[in-house]
Amino acid sequence: MSLLSLRGVRKAYGANVVLDDFDLDVDEGSCVVLIGASGSGKSTLLRCVNLLETVDDGVISLNGVDITDPRADADKIRSGIGVVFQSYNLFPHLSVLDNVTLAPIRVHRVRRDVARARALEVLDRVGLADKASAKPDELSGGQQQRAAIARALVNSPALMLLDEITSALDPELVGEVLDLLRDLRSDGITMLICTHEMAFAREVADQVCFLHHGRPLEIGPPDQLFGNPREPRTREFLSRIRQREG
Amino acid sequence: MSSSGVSDWRPSALQQERIAYRRRRAQRSTLIAAVSSIVVLVVVAVGIGSTPGWPRVRDTFFDVHRGWQALPTVAQGLWLNIRVMLVCAVLIVIIGMALAIMRTLRGPIFFPLRVFAAAYTDVFRGLPLLLVIFLLGFGVPALQLRGLPNQAVIWGGAALVLTYSSYVAEVFRAGIESVHPSQRAAARSLGLSYRQTLRFVVLPQAVRRVLPPLLNDFVSLQKDSGLIAVLGVIDAIRAAQLETAIDFNFTPYVVAGLLFVALTIPLTRLTDYVARRQGWYGGGGGPV
Repeated sequence: MSLLSLRGVRKAYGANVVLDDFDLDVDEGSCVVLIGASGSGKSTLLRCVNLLETVDDGVISLNGVDITDPRADADKIRSGIGVVFQSYNLFPHLSVLDNVTLAPIRVHRVRRDVARARALEVLDRVGLADKASAKPDELSGGQQQRAAIARALVNSPALMLLDEITSALDPELVGEVLDLLRDLRSDGITMLICTHEMAFAREVADQVCFLHHGRPLEIGPPDQLFGNPREPRTREFLSRIRQREG
Repeated sequence: MSSSGVSDWRPSALQQERIAYRRRRAQRSTLIAAVSSIVVLVVVAVGIGSTPGWPRVRDTFFDVHRGWQALPTVAQGLWLNIRVMLVCAVLIVIIGMALAIMRTLRGPIFFPLRVFAAAYTDVFRGLPLLLVIFLLGFGVPALQLRGLPNQAVIWGGAALVLTYSSYVAEVFRAGIESVHPSQRAAARSLGLSYRQTLRFVVLPQAVRRVLPPLLNDFVSLQKDSGLIAVLGVIDAIRAAQLETAIDFNFTPYVVAGLLFVALTIPLTRLTDYVARRQGWYGGGGGPV
């Protein structure tokens, strides 16, 4: 059974249908990468999975539990899912360490000293142990994004959602964040990623899903989807991207 | 930021010439400022001094001896203003924050609270403070209710709290709404509840942002605390009024005015300092 499954998910803003009859499965320990043009619904999909948006129809289940049920405890579900945003969204008034320990202390009721020790472990892992007492605005973009990843990782989430996490970074800082993701990938953390980094998608993904107008137009292993796409629209999208990348 | 490897640096001849030029410019600016200040002061002094009524005005408003004589009484009155101000400030912050939070609550169950908070701020921001002071200071004791205090200073203070808490509530609300939604999204995605998000993520940022306008309101409160004099409370203004009644010399009013200014200047300077330190910083993007 898959860890995360979407069945017939629909989300619309007024007349604008962003997700339409969407089915997707993410197996435990796998990495699924969503690609597609801007506005194809990638970010909205992640926001729905994290219950930051309410779906208009369909079912999203995590570990076999229907999380789109309005009676579900949304805070509890969210606390089991790690999210990393495009613009980091670190809390500017808190140090890096306090950013990372906020949820363990307040949500998971971990003792302060235990939470700190664990946070320092995770910060060490993302290479930021020496920046624990810095404020977010003292860090580079890449460092901020790694701190945001640490903040999500510290709760040992069953699933990580990564929303174009390198898009706001200067090109020379993208590498350090992708290196960290490769690392997490080899640890077997379940990840649902949307990205514009095609080479990276091809490298880390178990399954790649091409979104077009709010539908999963084509899903397949990366070699097939990038090497020999079935759908003409997928081919068109990939050739446009390749042209741009030269 | 970096400080390594610059210890043996000496400004080049070009740079030394620029430094000398800037120094000459600075000296010239200081000289112009000094000359223009003196000219303005002389013109004002001669202008006022040559008016026909000046000797009379000088004796009535600026009698140094009379002012010195009135100082202890007026200062004693000012001590009451300070105490009223401090107690009111604490209550205003608490009530203002509560109102602001009420107005930002979501969900149908909080509808009455939202309406109450909105109505409260509408009414007390609109009513002139002096009217509220009259209504409470003379109206409530006239009800002759048992158990309620009937000292004028308490009702005067209550009027200040009612009016100012509605202003401060709006300042806090603006701060709360200025925190970017992505901050809430990040907090909720970590599993923090609505309340926890408000307390640990939104409010700390909101309060930092509104500190300058908040301090501005407290500068204003300091001098408006003088309005409770209309209830007969012997504060600085009332004390000055009593002093002037002795010989119809208005210098005690000027003394009270100078004391109020002396009281507010440190707070205004603090406001400027706080605004400089974080107003332009905190908005994201660093110093301009």
